[in-house]
Amino acid sequence: MSVLLQLDNVTIRFGGLTAVSEVSATVNEHELVGLIGPNGAGKTTVFNMVTGVYQPTSGGIAFAGKPTASLKPFELTERGIARTFQNIRLFPSLTVFDNVRVAFHLHLEHDALHSLSRGPKFHREEIALRERTRELLSIFNLERVQNEPAKSLPYGDQRRLEIIRALATQPKLLLLDEPAAGMNPAEKIELMKLIQFIQEKFRLAILLVEHDMKVVMGICQRIHVLEYGRKIAEGTPAEIRANPAVIAAYLGQEHA
Amino acid sequence: MPPKSQLWLLATLVVAGIVSAFSGRIDPYFLDVTMGVGIAVTLAASLNLINGFTGQFSLGHAGFMAVGAYSSAVITTNFGPKLLPLVGGQVWILFPLSLVVGGLLAALAGLAVGAPSLRLKGDYLAIVTLGFGEIIKVIFQNVDAVGGARGLVGIPNYTNLFWTFGVAAVTVYVVWALLNSTYGRGFLAVADDEVAAEAMGLNPTRYKITAFVVGSFFAGVAGGLYAHLKGYLNPGGFDFNKSIEIVVMVILGGMGRHVGVILAAILLTAVQEPLRQLGDWRMILYSLLLIVLMITRPQGLFVWPLWKKKQA
Amino acid sequence: MTELLQQLINGLSLGAIYALIALGYTMVYGVLRFINFAHSDVFMIGSYVGFYLAPKLGAGSVPGGLAVLFAAMAACALLGVIIEKLAYRPLRNRSTLTVLITAIGVSLLLQNGGQKLFGPNPRAFPKLFPETQLHFGELTVSSNQLIVLAVSVFLLVMLWWIVHRTRIGTAMRALSFNATAASLVGINNDAVISFTFALGSALAGAGGILYAMNYPSIDPLMGTLPGLKAFVAAVLGGIGNLPGAALGGLLIGLVETFISGTRASTFRDAIAFAILILILLFRPAGLLGKMRVEKV
Repeated sequence: MSVLLQLDNVTIRFGGLTAVSEVSATVNEHELVGLIGPNGAGKTTVFNMVTGVYQPTSGGIAFAGKPTASLKPFELTERGIARTFQNIRLFPSLTVFDNVRVAFHLHLEHDALHSLSRGPKFHREEIALRERTRELLSIFNLERVQNEPAKSLPYGDQRRLEIIRALATQPKLLLLDEPAAGMNPAEKIELMKLIQFIQEKFRLAILLVEHDMKVVMGICQRIHVLEYGRKIAEGTPAEIRANPAVIAAYLGQEHA
Repeated sequence: MPPKSQLWLLATLVVAGIVSAFSGRIDPYFLDVTMGVGIAVTLAASLNLINGFTGQFSLGHAGFMAVGAYSSAVITTNFGPKLLPLVGGQVWILFPLSLVVGGLLAALAGLAVGAPSLRLKGDYLAIVTLGFGEIIKVIFQNVDAVGGARGLVGIPNYTNLFWTFGVAAVTVYVVWALLNSTYGRGFLAVADDEVAAEAMGLNPTRYKITAFVVGSFFAGVAGGLYAHLKGYLNPGGFDFNKSIEIVVMVILGGMGRHVGVILAAILLTAVQEPLRQLGDWRMILYSLLLIVLMITRPQGLFVWPLWKKKQA
Repeated sequence: MTELLQQLINGLSLGAIYALIALGYTMVYGVLRFINFAHSDVFMIGSYVGFYLAPKLGAGSVPGGLAVLFAAMAACALLGVIIEKLAYRPLRNRSTLTVLITAIGVSLLLQNGGQKLFGPNPRAFPKLFPETQLHFGELTVSSNQLIVLAVSVFLLVMLWWIVHRTRIGTAMRALSFNATAASLVGINNDAVISFTFALGSALAGAGGILYAMNYPSIDPLMGTLPGLKAFVAAVLGGIGNLPGAALGGLLIGLVETFISGTRASTFRDAIAFAILILILLFRPAGLLGKMRVEKV
């Protein structure tokens, strides 16, 4: 198994505050990795560095063997990193269908001029894309609401739509930022199944930031643990569960 | 066979041409107002691309209009006598060329304004574009070659029904076609949530600049039509109030709706005429209406739930 | 050297007026996060209140002049509160653009209503205070310029005192920091917003009087340019930041005065915008403002 994402001694400071300090971690191809830690441990900050929203102060990040420094978020998406957001960020006024369709954009051959000339090539491509969008929506049972504006969906569906939209960019690595937030236990079980299903079906690597230990322990193959911006442990779920540093970090916070 | 949308465009152009051929029989006053409506539709539809669909807020559309108006007017007025023989004395070749050049220069100005200021959002962007619009006005006031503050006179009256409605139809088509594609949905996505759009691999800056440049181009073309309709240009005519007028059309039309904005442009231009009899009260009524409409119908004049679903 | 000092004094007295207007923009932006386009027309109304009341309040003497100044401030404060209540309050929680357009509507209403009410032609502004020219060596300072500076400094100190030393001022600061939290701790947001409008508009009224004293004719559209420049001053200083607005006003006044003395004087009105654009491009938070970073 080869390394897909590599963080090498990554540090980021905001003013005087060191949010993430010398974190090294890897995600292999086709691997489901968890990133956990108490509130404010720097999990989302790591996400934002991997996706190019923030630039690390020092240290390096490499994706598929190439450094990602100074790449913009959309350039990283082109290279195969897709993400969801902690507080859902759909395109609220677009329809469910268009939310997904627009994410196929990267694999379009047509552009502004083709939109204007509307020649046969444009039509072929549009038809194919609509077909693929419908296909993707139907896998997740959302085609029944495809013409509704995204903002009108119930919360759980919005979360799923965000994941589908990320899949439409055809990523090699999918970053999920607290996908189980705000879900009840039954929904969480659904979500765990969904994540595993996605990983199998689309053969991709997933990095999962999650608060809920049951979700992470239940599906991840490997887990990185952050506390106060530093990495304190790494290992399989069983190893993490037995790790004294992790237990200490979590017992102060919540009984997971 | 070309797509249906292009057939519509073609049909509109043919109708505009036929009606224009008989424009000698139309009451000149009515004709003048009608051409004003065509120009207003062009201005509103092009600003709708920037403010309505791409979610930016430009208050400088009149500035880009001024660039187009002055450029095309200088071409036909100052260089017309030299250029006309080159195209066989045919006005119908020279005039559209001057409009396109005016549009391109306006687009260039749009690029110059847009590229650096797109990092700004909402009211900040509004103020920067307002500032640029005013600077353009001050520049024209200070350039003696185009008449300075006195204005530019003696512009040939080339504008007719065909050109005004032809350009309006092309503008509406371009904005519509640009948006109705997978590529074009990106404009709406950028307007909805820039961060999410970027995470989906869309380059927000490119979309915004495209919108700005295309919008400015058509504002410039509309300016050229305006110049050759009125026969004279006065830099004061392209001030902040002119920009506001266009913005109001877009907002009352329901930001980012094709039909609503066209209707608003027609309505607001046509309604000016009967209101003229009110004299001083006209602008007072206009501003009161604006306030009341913003409070009661911020979604636009023509937006009902039914329509919303259809266009979404 | 004398030339320079002379320009400096002219620039400062112009800048002080911009500062007074800029404070109104910045205070409203602080509590409501929108640009109150009508502010510049409240400034114009201030001048007209002075114009009509001057003969009645015995202008031409120091007490008379002060009475006119005070009356204009009071009238504008009232006008500001009314505008807020009728036009802006129904729009709470609507998009910035809706409010911005409404504000533009109010501005147009005041301008055109002013043309109807006061007549569209410029009017000569009456003498409010006894006028003399003071000479310091080759330097000439008019008493009006000194009054402008003295009144502005006094008003700035008063404003500082209100904002930092009174309950309502503390509430204003709380509101501009976090509106939801402010209402949670029992601050009556609507009352504070009304007060903010009253305060800002009173300063604009004072600005209107001081401006008219030095530029002796007034007209219903006179607010637009000083208003835009004052707005630039507010952004320059960092919008929402009170000392920033005062600093920005002084800087804009100085720059404009120095430009007027050069060959580029016909471009004077474009300079403010050029400054604005440069500021927004290179330091969007303004000189004294703090940048807000969007959380992802």
